[in-house]
Amino acid sequence: MIHVENLKKSFGSLEVLKDISTTIEEREVVCVIGPSGSGKSTFLRCLNQLEEVTSGKITIEGMEVTSPKVDINKLRERVGMVFQRFNLFPHLTVLENIMLAPKHVKHSERQQNEQKALQLLKKVDLADKRDVYPDRLSGGQQQRVAITRALAMDPHIMLFDEPTSALDPEMVGEVLQVMKDLAKEGMTMVVVTHEMGFAREVADRVIFMDGGYIVEEGTPAEIFDNPQHERTKAFLSKVL
Amino acid sequence: MSSSWDVIVDALPVLAQGSVVTLKITVISLFFALLIGLLFGLMSTSRSKILRGIATAYVDFLRGTPLLVQIFFIYFGLPPVLDIKIPETTAGILALSLNAGAYLAEIFRGGILSIDKGQMEAARSLGLTHGKAMRLVILPQAVRRMIPAFVNQFIVTLKDTSLLTVIGIRELMNSGEIIISSNFRSFEIWAVVAVFYFLMIYILSLLSRSLERRFAK
Repeated sequence: MIHVENLKKSFGSLEVLKDISTTIEEREVVCVIGPSGSGKSTFLRCLNQLEEVTSGKITIEGMEVTSPKVDINKLRERVGMVFQRFNLFPHLTVLENIMLAPKHVKHSERQQNEQKALQLLKKVDLADKRDVYPDRLSGGQQQRVAITRALAMDPHIMLFDEPTSALDPEMVGEVLQVMKDLAKEGMTMVVVTHEMGFAREVADRVIFMDGGYIVEEGTPAEIFDNPQHERTKAFLSKVL
Repeated sequence: MSSSWDVIVDALPVLAQGSVVTLKITVISLFFALLIGLLFGLMSTSRSKILRGIATAYVDFLRGTPLLVQIFFIYFGLPPVLDIKIPETTAGILALSLNAGAYLAEIFRGGILSIDKGQMEAARSLGLTHGKAMRLVILPQAVRRMIPAFVNQFIVTLKDTSLLTVIGIRELMNSGEIIISSNFRSFEIWAVVAVFYFLMIYILSLLSRSLERRFAK
């Protein structure tokens, strides 16, 4: 489903991704872990081209993302993204946030669009907040709306960029729960996270990145219980 | 010699007419200035070096030369070279629009840049084009923040219209001059002219404050 080949990314003279190759299958949940500055967020952002790659090739559902000829907006309709800092649109209500892209990208019919938005909101327990502006919501609520906003586009893949890092501790659980439900429904997910418990419980595969490389990848059991590389061991000993 | 009161009362109709002209020219000029400002503001935040260069050159040039020179250039300088006649009101509106447009371009640029980068990224990640993201997500937020700066520019442009007296437009300033040239009562007339300008701007400020409160959301 997602195929990454020799991906490299530099910011000026700083090489952040040095040589990344991996494949992510349909319905797979992949968690990317690693120390800050290891390039994991940059890797995620390359997948939907929020960062232009320096070299290498990314193919998503047969679409060559890194080709200059690709219609990047078509790709992004299929790849949802959730950000660390939610990035809800503050001038729009919860419902308007969710309905914006279906309306202006997919031109969906208003009634259908609204119905679907409400349905999705109900699933994350926020139907009563439909007409509220984002600044009246807690961080956990905002992030659940942000997930809903991405899901309203019917993505085939969801990218999560440290979705719980900006949350107060007591709100982390509610967001992770939504993500777990999504994984259970079979969504293909790539999650950059510091939540090792989540990675262990939900991931099909864990990728450990450090210094711009994939150092090690495997099942949660392989990575957490029996890491092969020194750097993986050193990292896990600090976070577990 | 007639009393101050009589002088003022006699002058009022003419000054009121002049005020209407002043307001009309201000509003029309600002309308075009907003379009110019939006255009160059967007250009100056674009990824294209060429567009950014054009926008910077425009802003630098129009901010770097006196408005009075611009007015003279358009009204006296251009017509013989282009072999056209530019009516004074057209020339005045053109000069004010181009001039205020440069300042508004900077206001737009600042407003757009003040919006968190994550907003554009979120919009783009949902599949919106750059243009739609700008129109639906960035500008609505930016414009709200720009309201005080817009009002300030409105006030500046309204006062700048007084310069148009030099090319003979019958706005408030010019009306004052005409009255004084026949009755020689500088003190009363300039005082009343000042009050007229002040009232227009004061009412405008009050309106803008209520507008700001309404958009405070």
